[in-house]
Amino acid sequence: MNGAVWVYAVVPEPAGDNGTDLLSGDTTGVAGESVRLVAEGGLAAATGSVPLSDFAEEPLKEHLEDLRWLEAAARAHHQVIEELHRATDVVPLQFATVYHDDDAVRAVLAGRAGDFAAAFARTRGRDEWGVKAYVDPGAPAPAAEPEESGGGTPGTAYLLRRKAEQRSREDAYGRAEKRAEQLRAALADTAEQEVAHRPQDQRLAGYEGWMILNDSFLVPRAGAEDFSTCVTACREQFPDVRLEVSGPWPPYSFVGRENREERP
Amino acid sequence: MNQPAWTGPNSTRAPAQPGRGEPSSLADILERVLDKGIVIAGDIRVDLLDIELLTIKIRLIVASVDRAREMGIDWWEHDPALSSQERDVVEENRRLRRRVGDLEAERSAGPAQVTASGAEEATEPAAEEEHRRPEPAGEPDSRPDGGRSADRGRRP
Repeated sequence: MNGAVWVYAVVPEPAGDNGTDLLSGDTTGVAGESVRLVAEGGLAAATGSVPLSDFAEEPLKEHLEDLRWLEAAARAHHQVIEELHRATDVVPLQFATVYHDDDAVRAVLAGRAGDFAAAFARTRGRDEWGVKAYVDPGAPAPAAEPEESGGGTPGTAYLLRRKAEQRSREDAYGRAEKRAEQLRAALADTAEQEVAHRPQDQRLAGYEGWMILNDSFLVPRAGAEDFSTCVTACREQFPDVRLEVSGPWPPYSFVGRENREERP
Repeated sequence: MNQPAWTGPNSTRAPAQPGRGEPSSLADILERVLDKGIVIAGDIRVDLLDIELLTIKIRLIVASVDRAREMGIDWWEHDPALSSQERDVVEENRRLRRRVGDLEAERSAGPAQVTASGAEEATEPAAEEEHRRPEPAGEPDSRPDGGRSADRGRRP
């Protein structure tokens, strides 16, 4: 076989037919290929046959450096997983998990069955919600003390002013951190798990101010309303913060980071 | 900047009503598909760009893309900025190691008052550290959370 097999996600093996009800016929993957299931031991991997000309080690490495390719492929990867997530429980695989053939995929399903079972147990019937919080760093600090300009020379005044500026920036950092912790604590109340991501790149994500929080929360579907209410309450409680919610996402951030450290 | 903002796949709906279709933001997708998901070794081994390095690369592109487009320049499509940056770090490492080696050799070879402080400078790991995590000049404030994020800096 002159190809490779890209794996998108693992789902419970659908009863009955070959899972055509999980994926609409026109779902295509990272290479524009149609997506199919490879089943083993009660699990099924959503896979696509992709050409080695693009997905062998060398060409794949090159593609990963090409941001247009990467964007299209990342969106396609996500699209497949999202469609599965709409239909069933899903454990997303990290982008660019590629095997030589279906047998290798079946071997992984069998060999890592325990990890998949654990991931399903954690995330079944749940969604990931993303929450970002922004503050305006230029917003006036509450009750700022006017700085003594001091008698001294112009040089001293300058240094004092610099010092005051630095202090007010540190204060703003401090307030932002405190705010982030308060938000995280409040939101975690209505979520089962919570993961902090890095603040996103300002220009890539196109925002102003400081992103003080970029977290994912794992929320049972039945608790989505409570989570939403909690977000609304946070907006009211912290009017200095702008909150942005995204989701529901497939549970990307909750399916097995503990494996991360084993990466070669 | 206080209005409610629901973004992402479900931006205009209440969360309890599943219903998607809106394209999610690229930053949101990349941080999930590249950096999350269950990690299983594939037959075909590639190193995914660390999301942080990736955003640096993207930042370079986003910063230039509009102006460059106006000028009809498309260098970013083939831009090896990141890999050349990595090469620079590797090269600098090599240079520093060589220098340290030389200095140590000198010191053990003879009375080398000259070299002690030089050697300390050369072994300073901050040089490498800084290159691995370049922060763009003029935007030192975009990450107020310091080392807070749970998944910061996990990759060697």
